[in-house]
Amino acid sequence: MSSKNAKPRVAVFKFASCDGCQLSLIDAEDQLLAISGAIDIAYFPEASRRMAKGPYDIALIEGSITTHHDADVIQQVRRQSKTLISIGACATAGGIQALRNWKDVSEYVRLVYAKPDFISTLKMSTPIAEHVPVDMELRGCPINKEQLVEVISATLAGRKPNLPTYSVCIECKRRSNVCLMVACGTACLGPVTQAGCGGLCPSMGRGCYGCFGPMESSNAPGLAERFRILGVPQADIERSFRTFNAWAWQFRKVSEEVHPQ
Amino acid sequence: MTPTTTTASAKTGVNKIDVPVLARVEGEGALHIKTKAGKILDLKLNIPEPPRLFEGFLAGRHFSEVPDITARICGICPIAYQMSSIHALERALNVQVHPQIRALRRLFYCGEWIESHALHIYMLHAPDFLGFQDVLELAAQQKDTVLAALRLKRIGNEIVRVIGGREIHPVSACVGGFYRVPRRDELLPLVEDLKWALDTSLATVRLVSGFPFPDFEVDYEFVALSHPDEYALNEGRIVSNRGLDIDSAEFEDHSVEQHVRHSNALHSIIKARSSYHAGPLARFNLNFNQLPEIARQAALDSRLEPPIRNPFKSIIARAVELVFACHEALRLIEQSEPASEPRAAITPHTSTGMAATEAPRGLLYHRYSMDERGLILAAKIVPPTAQNLKRIEDDLWGYVPQLLDLPNEELTWRAEQAIRNYDPCISCATHFLKLDRVRG
Repeated sequence: MSSKNAKPRVAVFKFASCDGCQLSLIDAEDQLLAISGAIDIAYFPEASRRMAKGPYDIALIEGSITTHHDADVIQQVRRQSKTLISIGACATAGGIQALRNWKDVSEYVRLVYAKPDFISTLKMSTPIAEHVPVDMELRGCPINKEQLVEVISATLAGRKPNLPTYSVCIECKRRSNVCLMVACGTACLGPVTQAGCGGLCPSMGRGCYGCFGPMESSNAPGLAERFRILGVPQADIERSFRTFNAWAWQFRKVSEEVHPQ
Repeated sequence: MTPTTTTASAKTGVNKIDVPVLARVEGEGALHIKTKAGKILDLKLNIPEPPRLFEGFLAGRHFSEVPDITARICGICPIAYQMSSIHALERALNVQVHPQIRALRRLFYCGEWIESHALHIYMLHAPDFLGFQDVLELAAQQKDTVLAALRLKRIGNEIVRVIGGREIHPVSACVGGFYRVPRRDELLPLVEDLKWALDTSLATVRLVSGFPFPDFEVDYEFVALSHPDEYALNEGRIVSNRGLDIDSAEFEDHSVEQHVRHSNALHSIIKARSSYHAGPLARFNLNFNQLPEIARQAALDSRLEPPIRNPFKSIIARAVELVFACHEALRLIEQSEPASEPRAAITPHTSTGMAATEAPRGLLYHRYSMDERGLILAAKIVPPTAQNLKRIEDDLWGYVPQLLDLPNEELTWRAEQAIRNYDPCISCATHFLKLDRVRG
């Protein structure tokens, strides 16, 4: 901590994103009030006008890097932060906006803006870890707020956070969900997706769409093969891996392998 | 304090204020003001929020994937994005939904309105009126008020969670209906909480109507969805107090987006006129008669009668809408019956569809074209904050001259408060704010 008796100073920074992951921090209402006694929220522009300068003990980073300006800012943030934690699919995998990474971004800019020359953006949307060393990553689109509280508490206590590394399948089993892929032939990313949502989509009768990204030891090519056997067209398989964690390497690789020529 | 840089030039007599990061708004914005001899030379709301280019990468996606993707435009109002895209796609595909699906969507939207309005009223805007930097300072003095606000927000979240699986980016809504509809016994536990929320919303109207309001009125063109039989959320015609009365399919014929250099969010104007005001104040003024008796009475008891032209009083309109949303959610739960078919079967065909719904912060318009396989050919999204941006700048041009005798820190805060009247969501619009003041 910055000094012996001072409360740990927490900062929240946002890059290209929807604000949903920071909102999870505000949504952790009661815990936030409890935590706010133990920490000093030094920089959190979405919630406060008080914007204190670094250094910070914990920096929570939401969003991906998509502009030259943001690529510079993240370097400054890293220098000022003892523990840097990326939160959410944008910060950990580039987010949905990483779909530009396979296209000519200027084409997209021309589609959206009348005067493309006013827009300054990088060709790629990249996760924080491609720019600076990251101490911890919290997955999800959006993150799970209990996991967020766990990560902050663990960091304050100096212990390893208790986060699952298994797949969504385990969460489905715990909820006694009938397997949609086995019973209904529904394409589901659950077998390769890291747990954290609680098996949400299969509980709604739809296949998992991978919003927590690939789990560590996932066999994405094996699942893509299974989808083919189920009769899912190549183009649909490619798109299923190209959503909110498209640039995470396991999903990226398999989507490029199945890319219809 | 909001970091502000001020530069005054003795030579030119020009004073420049720069607020590089606007606080308590959703997303990134900045404000630049240049003044000389008590007059504004230049004023710009700068939107450096990085562009995310949604309309670009929606092309080539299957129509069924669209609501999950557009939800990611905004973590505060994902349901608004799901609803506008779903309605536009259903109009393209001529899908009629079961009345119980229609009712469930309305309940779902009420949940988002409660959550978003409670967040903005108490956590983002009230601290300005009370002179606090943030809700934590407010909590240190009025803990019970903040605890009640948090519970109110949580009840909105809970409606969304019960129907959609989670509060942010819920997963149940789809083109044609829902992947799964909740059973009646899943909705009923919300009733006791909602009764408390209704009482707390009434108390919120009383609380915020007692705030000090600056003396500032504007003769706005208010634009909102309007429906003869209900306070419009998902369906209705787009109307204004200047005679606009159109189907949402005609929206792009009347509202024009302009691309200005200082903003990664486009600026909307009504063709042949100028900037316009969307959001709670517009809805309150245009749809007062469709509010339930309890919400109208709460407004009248607080001496709030349409038309209200003081933008700072949008916080009261937002509180009145909280009363509406809680009352409506209760009504919908009491009358709920599970739909026999959660979703309509759909066969895609080459088509185009447009729709607008009322996001918590105002009108949200979507248009999609798809091919015979159901793959999106073109998408157009006009978020409420983009529609309000030009209007916010125009408000500041009118309001800041009243503030020029104030010290910079005070001026900055007052200008920020004026911006927050619109509950701007910059993440949505870039597709928001810092102060830069130059004064003489």
